[in-house]
Amino acid sequence: MLGKLDWSAIPFDQPIPLIAGAVVLVGILAVLAWVVVKGHLPYLWHEWITSVDHKRIGVMYILLASVMLLRGGSDAIMMRIQQAVAYQSQGYLPPEHYNQIFSAHGTIMIFFVAMPFVIGLMNLIVPLQLGVRDVAFPTLNSVGFWLTATGALLVNLSLVIGEFARTGWLAFPPLSELSYSPGVGVDYYAWSLQISGIGTLVAGINLVTTVLKLRTKGMNYLRMPMFCWTTLASNLLIVAAFPILTATLAMLLLDRYLGFHFFTNEAGGNVMMFMNLIWAWGHPEVYILVLPAFGIFSEVVSTFSGKALFGYRSMVLATMAICVISFMVWLHHFFTMGAGPDVNAIFGIASMIIAIPTGVKIYNWLFTMYGGRIRFETPMLWSIGFMVTFIIGGLTGVLVAVPPADFILHNSMFLVAHFHNVIIGGVLFGAFAGFEYWFPKAFGFRLNDRWGKLAFWFTFLGFYVTFIPLYVAGMLGMTRRMQHYDVAAWRPWMLVAAVGMAVLTIGVICQIVQLVVSIRNREALRDRTGDPWDGRSLEWATSSPPPVFNFAFNPDVRGEDAYWDLKTHAKQQSLGHDAPEYHDIEMPRNSPTGFVCAFFATVMGFALIWHIWWMVILGGIGAFATFVVFAWRDHDEYVIPAEEVAAIDRVNLEERRSLVSMAGTV
Amino acid sequence: MSMTATAGRAHADPHHIGLVIGHPGPAPKRIVTAYGFWVFLLSDIVMFSCFFAAYAVLADQTAGGPKGSEIFEQRNVAIETVCLLLSSFTCGMASIAADVRNRFWFYLGMAVTCLLGLIFLVIEFREFADLVARGYGPSRSAFLTSFFSLVGCHGLHVSAGILWLLTMMAQVFAKGFRADVLRRMMCFALFWHALDIVWVGVFSVVYLLGSGV
Ligand code: HEM
Ligand SMILES: [Cu+2]
Repeated sequence: MLGKLDWSAIPFDQPIPLIAGAVVLVGILAVLAWVVVKGHLPYLWHEWITSVDHKRIGVMYILLASVMLLRGGSDAIMMRIQQAVAYQSQGYLPPEHYNQIFSAHGTIMIFFVAMPFVIGLMNLIVPLQLGVRDVAFPTLNSVGFWLTATGALLVNLSLVIGEFARTGWLAFPPLSELSYSPGVGVDYYAWSLQISGIGTLVAGINLVTTVLKLRTKGMNYLRMPMFCWTTLASNLLIVAAFPILTATLAMLLLDRYLGFHFFTNEAGGNVMMFMNLIWAWGHPEVYILVLPAFGIFSEVVSTFSGKALFGYRSMVLATMAICVISFMVWLHHFFTMGAGPDVNAIFGIASMIIAIPTGVKIYNWLFTMYGGRIRFETPMLWSIGFMVTFIIGGLTGVLVAVPPADFILHNSMFLVAHFHNVIIGGVLFGAFAGFEYWFPKAFGFRLNDRWGKLAFWFTFLGFYVTFIPLYVAGMLGMTRRMQHYDVAAWRPWMLVAAVGMAVLTIGVICQIVQLVVSIRNREALRDRTGDPWDGRSLEWATSSPPPVFNFAFNPDVRGEDAYWDLKTHAKQQSLGHDAPEYHDIEMPRNSPTGFVCAFFATVMGFALIWHIWWMVILGGIGAFATFVVFAWRDHDEYVIPAEEVAAIDRVNLEERRSLVSMAGTV
Repeated sequence: MSMTATAGRAHADPHHIGLVIGHPGPAPKRIVTAYGFWVFLLSDIVMFSCFFAAYAVLADQTAGGPKGSEIFEQRNVAIETVCLLLSSFTCGMASIAADVRNRFWFYLGMAVTCLLGLIFLVIEFREFADLVARGYGPSRSAFLTSFFSLVGCHGLHVSAGILWLLTMMAQVFAKGFRADVLRRMMCFALFWHALDIVWVGVFSVVYLLGSGV
């Protein structure tokens, strides 16, 4: 009846996950109860859960990422404590528990923190920057988000029902095959990634189509803001790479469920094929994450330097070059597996070539700052912090891309330090910069400055204190994923790293405090102009938060830095003196499709993990029914009458006029 | 989401007059839909490539089991191929019928497409069942694993296509040739033709190359 599921799945003997799970459960129930009692449920349902507005979906992505950051962060804290105390002792975590933690940590950070964060920012901002009303497929957009949420939910379920994979975040076979991992851990891993991967693919298709087909009038390719370019590149990588992940996981699942032999040791299976497939996805994946961050830094640096981006065209070229090259270097992840010196040399050189376009970008940012009037607002701090940090990460990357060096450093703490260096210093700093920069656009008020800067400094310092020691430990021969160790020389570095982790945690707390303080003082921090930073691209041309339809008119673009141009012209000619003629606007209707889809996906995923076959069938039928209902939809748009558009837009125009006249006096 | 691109507020910029003609604004919905669906199809083909690659890697790993040449039946494959290619043709006819709003030919075209698709599936299913009955199921060897997965993945797509086909017929029956129904029909047709292309790949790589050995 319940497949493999019985009471032994609940880890009654392990207090940590149980207590953590209970706390989370109580938390969720409390929030739910509060929502219901206060009567917020209809509001949540109509305004958020069923919303197909790209801005709301973007916000929900970012919320999901932030919550999961706390979860992944607690895993990180537990690991750092373990390695700090586990010198010549077992530490406080049983080995199999430790293995689950590092696997869950990696999986969560990549798939449920970094991915949703950047996809959320792209969703939120790209249509605004392109000057259009929505993404190409609004309902699918909501499906994509909710499927990602399903994946996150399943991973968290594994905490209290059953177990998570002990295989690391890429589940290498044969360890992940049934014979070595007979439990449900790998199944949790594979199904949650499979489901959220489909969500990511949907988001990728959506954003590619949006950028290529929905630009406003006059928005030529070479007038698009840099963030749109990097979004395009990143999403092209998504649609090209995520199907590889889907296929690879499908093969692994077939091996596990039906006794196939793709990657087994017996009957001719080939483990190296898994390595090739997973890294053919995995290497582009790191650029899927970091390219949008590059875009954010470009926007931030140019805005806060008060200058157009230096070398815009070379930046575009560098972005697309990275997009292509990142597909040709996957083999550097297994130099040590016997491909031979020639192959290794070729892939080593190819890997290092990526450093060239990346260097171009760094120089462009520096030259943008050079001679500019720099304002050190919080987003700018994150950007500068990024530049410093990422250079170190890139250099160590080039170092491990030298095959002989990699033979020494592979699978050592040095590698761990390298990729955290690029992922935290690149992606996460980028996500934070984008968060601070675009928060006023999304919510209509700024974030508290003091707490933002504190958060930056603690995170920045904490990062170095945590990860520089890992470089050293790696050089001293410490391998990654150690549950405990006996080498005295490593100990001090692990202690320092643990202290660094504490500092990092303070940074995160500062960020939470910043949010709370800012929400409390939102009236004082209110931004009425819609353009709090004196921005340059079109997202600042509309009010904050933007109306559902984003723009009363799709703007007409005459050059790079569209809004900056508009402002300069307006200063000369007094903005919008001719009363515009408004038209009705059609917008997509809300739809529960995404939520319902995710509901059935959750049911099905859970049932598959536990081999509850009747439930799988039920979920499948439900999913198909949802598809038919969705395919049957009739009226998926509603009309906002011209008078309403006019009323909304006039307010915005007034504010903007006062802004421009003020700017004129400066 | 119709987009009226009116230059309400921007003013002519003397420096740009006569220069490059700008981007005309958002594309019409039909184009956007077709474009997005194309991107999806490309990504689906990437997924198929992985199964092709796996087949290429594992084709010789028979682990003492049968080789391709010992299990492939040319006659069946030929019938399957003919069915699928013909169905692509009838699907094209149905699309044309939809474009000229001819219900009769539309239903006929779709019905024949459905029938051909079903024949294809039945033959494939019998081939699989037969192999399993002889002890040559997918868990017999890595070669059979990759064979069943690649061919089965295509078969799954065909099955999904048939379900979609039926909903398309029902939609035309219930709503007629509305613009949104036609857009969905266009996507379906793209999907069905793409399956054909993938089959040509399967046919060549698996059956033709495989039985030569
Ligand atoms: C200059 C550019 C870069 C080069 C040359 C480079 C090179 C490498 C090499 C050779 C490895 C494999 C080392 C080993 O397994 O022994 C590696 C691992 C890794 N890199 Fe990079 N990298 C670069 C940039 C990045 C960026 C931008 C990211 C992320 C945003 C990143 C994330 C990772 C991750 C996550 C791993 C570890 C994967 C694992 O084995 O778990 N790298 N890098
Ligand atoms: Cu790589």
